[in-house]
Amino acid sequence: MRSGVIAKKLGMTRLFLENGTQVPVTVLQLDNLQVVAQRTADKDGYTAVQLGAGLAKAKRTTAAMRGHFAKANVAPKRKIAEFRVTPDCLIDVGAEITAEHYLAGQFVDIAGTSIGKGFAGAMKRHNFGGLRASHGVSVSHRSHGSTGQCQDPGKVFKGKKMAGHMGAVRTTTQNLQVVRTDADRGLIMIKGAVPGSAGGWVTIKDAVKKAAPAGLPLPAAVRAAVADVAVEGGEA
Amino acid sequence: MNLIAIIEAEQIAALGKTIPDFRAGDTVRVGYKVTEGTRSRVQAYEGVCIGRKGGATISASFTVRKISFGEGVERVFPLYSTNIDSIEVVRRGRVRRAKLYYLRTRRGKSARIVEDTTYKPKSA
Repeated sequence: MRSGVIAKKLGMTRLFLENGTQVPVTVLQLDNLQVVAQRTADKDGYTAVQLGAGLAKAKRTTAAMRGHFAKANVAPKRKIAEFRVTPDCLIDVGAEITAEHYLAGQFVDIAGTSIGKGFAGAMKRHNFGGLRASHGVSVSHRSHGSTGQCQDPGKVFKGKKMAGHMGAVRTTTQNLQVVRTDADRGLIMIKGAVPGSAGGWVTIKDAVKKAAPAGLPLPAAVRAAVADVAVEGGEA
Repeated sequence: MNLIAIIEAEQIAALGKTIPDFRAGDTVRVGYKVTEGTRSRVQAYEGVCIGRKGGATISASFTVRKISFGEGVERVFPLYSTNIDSIEVVRRGRVRRAKLYYLRTRRGKSARIVEDTTYKPKSA
């Protein structure tokens, strides 16, 4: 099992393909995505990698977290998430994961915090049908109907679908297709919509319900450490 | 410019389409690629452009209205669609609206648009 990534949702656009079709895509960006810590079976009882993304101001980072980042020798991160991995897929601390981690055409599951809808009625929240437009219905066209039985049981059952707060919860959308990746700018283009608003953080994982394609980078698509990049830059 | 706008601008450049300067009121002829089975051909659709939307984004589109066999037909084309073979301006019209939705309620003489004889191409 490979590690997932943390990405920032930039927004949506569309792609025109040569065969005349258009694909609606959500653009996600990997922003300074680095491994901050490892969780190992002997020390923590499970194996995982802790990734951090974004840039946080050092003076607005708590001293405890500053120490945690300093231990990994990475700049303070805005967003941190852990991904369970198999022991062979552990990634070195400090390694930067690139957008080539995913292949075009592969399927992924994306989790994020959905856009909050506030206090929503039963029609919007649970797709209820509402009441009739006429035939004696008065001022309650969009209400839920009955909420239960009579004196026996004499209560509304727990979990009854009613009006209430909607959205702003963690949602996972499964089997979204990767259309294109751009390693230079750290962009991943996903066909269709992704939970959350533009500017929000999402996590991408290989799809649970689809077979992984051949040729996936294992344990991860990693950019060479900063020092190596400087040397390569000098040669080029 | 945010990254989405940059990506869109790059894609517009990569598509390499030459879009003529046209606006609402102009009569345009759109060559649209139609695939029938295995072979494809270009179908012409000519009418009055009654509005453009989307500005400089990749999602920009325009609406072309014509009267076909006595029935008004409107078609919305994505401006940068790879299915569009050509866009040709047949006639420049002089109108005072950006969206000519009022043409929908008009027929015949009152649905005419005065030709803009003083049209000057915008110096780029």
